[in-house]
Amino acid sequence: MRGNSYKYIGLIALSLALAACGSSVKLNDVPVEDRSAASSAAADAAAARAAAQGSGPSSSNAGASAGGAQSRAVVPVELTPRNAPAAAPTQLARVIYFDFDSFVIRPEGEAVIESHARFLSTNKSRTIAVEGHTDERGGREYNLALGQKRAEAVRRRLVLLGVGEGQVEAVSFGKEKPAASGADEASFEKNRRAEITYR
Amino acid sequence: MQKNNLNELMNSGPQRRRWLLSAGACGLLTAAAPALAQFRVEVSGLGAAQLPIALPLLRGEASAPHKISAIVRADLERSGVFRSVDAAGVNVDETSALNASLWRQKGADFAVAGSVLALANGTYDVRFRLWDVVRGADLGGQSFAVPPSEMRLVAHRIADFIYEKLTGDKSVFATRIAYVTRSAQRYNLWVADSDGENAQSAFASPEPFISPSWSPTGAQLAYVSFESRKPVIYSHELASGRRRLLANFRGSNSAPAWTPDGRQIVATLSRDGGSQIYVMDASGGGEPRRLTQSSSIDTEPTCSPDGRWIYFVSDRGGSPQIYRMPSSGGSAERVTFGGNYNISPALSPDGKTMAFISRVGGAYKLHLMDLASSAITALTDTASDESPSFSPNGRLVLYATVQQGREALMTTTLDGRIKARLSGQSGDIREPDWGPFVR
Repeated sequence: MRGNSYKYIGLIALSLALAACGSSVKLNDVPVEDRSAASSAAADAAAARAAAQGSGPSSSNAGASAGGAQSRAVVPVELTPRNAPAAAPTQLARVIYFDFDSFVIRPEGEAVIESHARFLSTNKSRTIAVEGHTDERGGREYNLALGQKRAEAVRRRLVLLGVGEGQVEAVSFGKEKPAASGADEASFEKNRRAEITYR
Repeated sequence: MQKNNLNELMNSGPQRRRWLLSAGACGLLTAAAPALAQFRVEVSGLGAAQLPIALPLLRGEASAPHKISAIVRADLERSGVFRSVDAAGVNVDETSALNASLWRQKGADFAVAGSVLALANGTYDVRFRLWDVVRGADLGGQSFAVPPSEMRLVAHRIADFIYEKLTGDKSVFATRIAYVTRSAQRYNLWVADSDGENAQSAFASPEPFISPSWSPTGAQLAYVSFESRKPVIYSHELASGRRRLLANFRGSNSAPAWTPDGRQIVATLSRDGGSQIYVMDASGGGEPRRLTQSSSIDTEPTCSPDGRWIYFVSDRGGSPQIYRMPSSGGSAERVTFGGNYNISPALSPDGKTMAFISRVGGAYKLHLMDLASSAITALTDTASDESPSFSPNGRLVLYATVQQGREALMTTTLDGRIKARLSGQSGDIREPDWGPFVR
């Protein structure tokens, strides 16, 4: 009878639907193409699924990780701040300023250099770093080299004035440690400098 | 879980095409992922002949830890080769028969369908299949079983499969990039997916560091750190956190770059007075050998991929320009002649193209030079570009810039048409470097 056959069809449809829902195994297998670092995972998973088909839900995917992930591990490294540099003769100005794109020492800078040269010549155990800086315009590495030229100009002057070669190291911070943070000429001026730091 | 076939798909409704393309667009548009996307990818530009592809949600994706189809879509669009068509509301998986007429109606030449299934042990079973809609051909697929922490990588590998199958080129979505951020008084070196996401901190310092450079194997990054109050060069092994001090010579040590065999580093040292280029062992120790002999600034060395040349920046001609010399040192020939400020050379993997930064009217702008013809093209309309590097398949350039007032990492196709802004960690973001293919 019609009503009964609908019921049967309904039952069959329902049981098919339930079969599809209830299993975690896909009825059509996707062909597994093994090309990535997840290959071992895919193989393990496929084996697990095949086993599960007869024996219930799989529980054996332990260890099936995308092997490539291990090689992507990044162990973090954190540095803590270092101690402050050694005390300087505080009454001395420490900063020499420069014009744009220049490493020529201006008269005011000359005076600063001479005061430190006098101190260092009579305190031969003291060492300094001359730290060269640039304003923020331009590439980082080229500015590092420009800052280096400023630091070396100051260092050469100090050595000429009697400071020992081993007392002075010329280094550069390029544009990485500005004294002033603005993007205007007044800030740029404050950043084009060499600083004398006692170590 | 009920299997549907395509005849049961929901009516997508009168949805406006989310992916707007306008010729020469310089504004940024949000990519076409629906609200499920957890990250922002902003892609702009109109590509010449992009492949239209349909990327409906994977079945089960909505409750998975990562929205795989959105990651795949963003990868494929960022490459410039693909544009995604509206696939909202289409309910298919990798076992569904192809409904070619539906996809053709939506303008797709290719379609992807897949599923994500949470397994009892906490891992996920991810599967997909790629279809050529026009030919009605099944182009294959893959399946993965991964923990949630690897799901983003799976999405990138799916995008790689699609890209390689349809273009024949090697794909880069599963590669990594490194970049630096500064916030408050803290500098961070990040290693991230090629889309800028999933960043892990490799190094954090209260003092600046600059110039990160991937080793050819992708296991290490070299960089210049100011932690000792002067610039010194470290190589940093990512998987262990081990740092090796490579150069702490008198004065400044900077601009590290690896030779293609990974055994040596070329760098700029000021140990003899003035910034000059040296080569040294990448395992540290040993005496560096000086390669340049000028009284000017020589810096930013980078090796050609065949190992024969070192390209570098020199102001021996009066202003910073790019030169090249044999990798054993010796006389240099000038490469850039236009303008008075050309820096930051980066060579494409096939050695035929050089990316660099040129100052034009006060703006620092990314350019490409075809090395055979010396023809130069400008790629951007921004003014603070820096730090270009090529993807390892040579199809994209990664760089940092300031866009609409914000610092950003960007990728661009080589014709400059398709640009994407990468999301990344917050803070001033700078100095990206694209990592290599990793076996």
